[in-house]
Amino acid sequence: MASKILKVRVDRERCQGHARCFALAPELFELDQFGNGRERGDGTVPAALEAKARLAQDNCPELAIEVIEE
Amino acid sequence: MSNRPPATDWATDFDHLDPRWSENPYPIWDELRQSCPIAHTDRFMGAYFPSRYEDVRAIAYDTEHFSSRRVVVRETRQPFPPAPPITSDPPAHRPAKQVLLPAFTPEMIGRYEPRTRDICRELLERIGDRKRCDGAIDYAQEIPVRVIAHMLGVPETDADQFRKWIKEILEIGITDVSVVLRAHGEMIAYFADHVAARRASPRDDLIGYLINARVEDQSFSDQHIIGTLRLLMIAGIDTTWSAIGSCLWHLAQHAQDRRRLAAEPGLMGPAVEEFLRAYAPVTMAREVVKETQIAGCTFKPGQMVLLSFPAANRDPTMFPDADRVMIDREQNRHAAFGLGIHRCIGSNLARMEIRAALSEWLARFPEFRLDPDAPVTWSVGTVRGPRRLPLLLGA
Repeated sequence: MASKILKVRVDRERCQGHARCFALAPELFELDQFGNGRERGDGTVPAALEAKARLAQDNCPELAIEVIEE
Repeated sequence: MSNRPPATDWATDFDHLDPRWSENPYPIWDELRQSCPIAHTDRFMGAYFPSRYEDVRAIAYDTEHFSSRRVVVRETRQPFPPAPPITSDPPAHRPAKQVLLPAFTPEMIGRYEPRTRDICRELLERIGDRKRCDGAIDYAQEIPVRVIAHMLGVPETDADQFRKWIKEILEIGITDVSVVLRAHGEMIAYFADHVAARRASPRDDLIGYLINARVEDQSFSDQHIIGTLRLLMIAGIDTTWSAIGSCLWHLAQHAQDRRRLAAEPGLMGPAVEEFLRAYAPVTMAREVVKETQIAGCTFKPGQMVLLSFPAANRDPTMFPDADRVMIDREQNRHAAFGLGIHRCIGSNLARMEIRAALSEWLARFPEFRLDPDAPVTWSVGTVRGPRRLPLLLGA
């Protein structure tokens, strides 16, 4: 079985710029010029950062963060 | 407000100006959540009070049935000059908010942190070696007002005037409309002078920024800019002052949290989020503009909704042990800054100010407690926080 790849994705429609993801996991998220969140690059989560990805998801007030297994 | 008839039943006659509500609203909200999650009152010409997170969230997201044109529940429905974007509904809301967002990102707000910390240290220096002080009056109330004055580019020495306007608009003015109208009039005149001065002689501050700002090639009218400046001033001061005061009030009574926070600076992030959840200062309002049903309750047009993010934040369905303050709470989707399109524009600013105020305070006064001989008093109305917070300093 191939090892899973974990990705984070910010739903741009739901995001309201609380910036919690960027505060908690700046390795995985960045903010645009309006302060709205988006995943860095293609959103791939290195194994060592899985807990941070979940933490960001658990603290988004708008439920805008998905953690996807591919 | 002291001669109001007391609320007889929180579910059918609630009154958020009742002294019991101002003093300690949490048991009232707990009771409502279990018995009648959406309360109503005929006071204030009719208003609803949702007490559960999911209902507060549903209303915050529903801009079709719930308008932001009135954001304070008052005794009358007098119209006031708009303060975009907080009083804007779609589609006007979007450009009014868009123009402000770049000035309030964490990166831009970081530029004000050194000045904020200087202000905190100056205030602590002034308290000096005294054995007692008032954490609200001598410290919390002085910080956000000076930071916002600095950002806007208006004199920090006008702080007393700003606090007076805010008290008139958000507290006294709930029951006395003439006071609100006068305060709005004075603020409009104040900012009109500053906008005119900035046009004559440009400066690098928020007023200058708004004058030059364009969204989709459109600049904003003076009327719009002045409305936004009134909003930044009203929303930027007693909200964060209340939050800082509540944090100190908590820490004064919880030695373990105080010592942990002083010893583990890494906890400051989650601790501030937990204080924001548990002691969220800001309750907003909406006006029902189209009939709708939520959780079996019919919302009638013309009625107001007291939109309590503080009550949502104490809902145990959303937050396990909601009435316990756990400074290392890991999952914390609190709604202290609102939900949906009206998310507080100043959330990054407020967080920076609270963190700076607490860490500077703890560095100077790691030990403090409530003064048993002097009572804590709380604000009344839309923003909740201690207005008198007598503290004993030192071990």
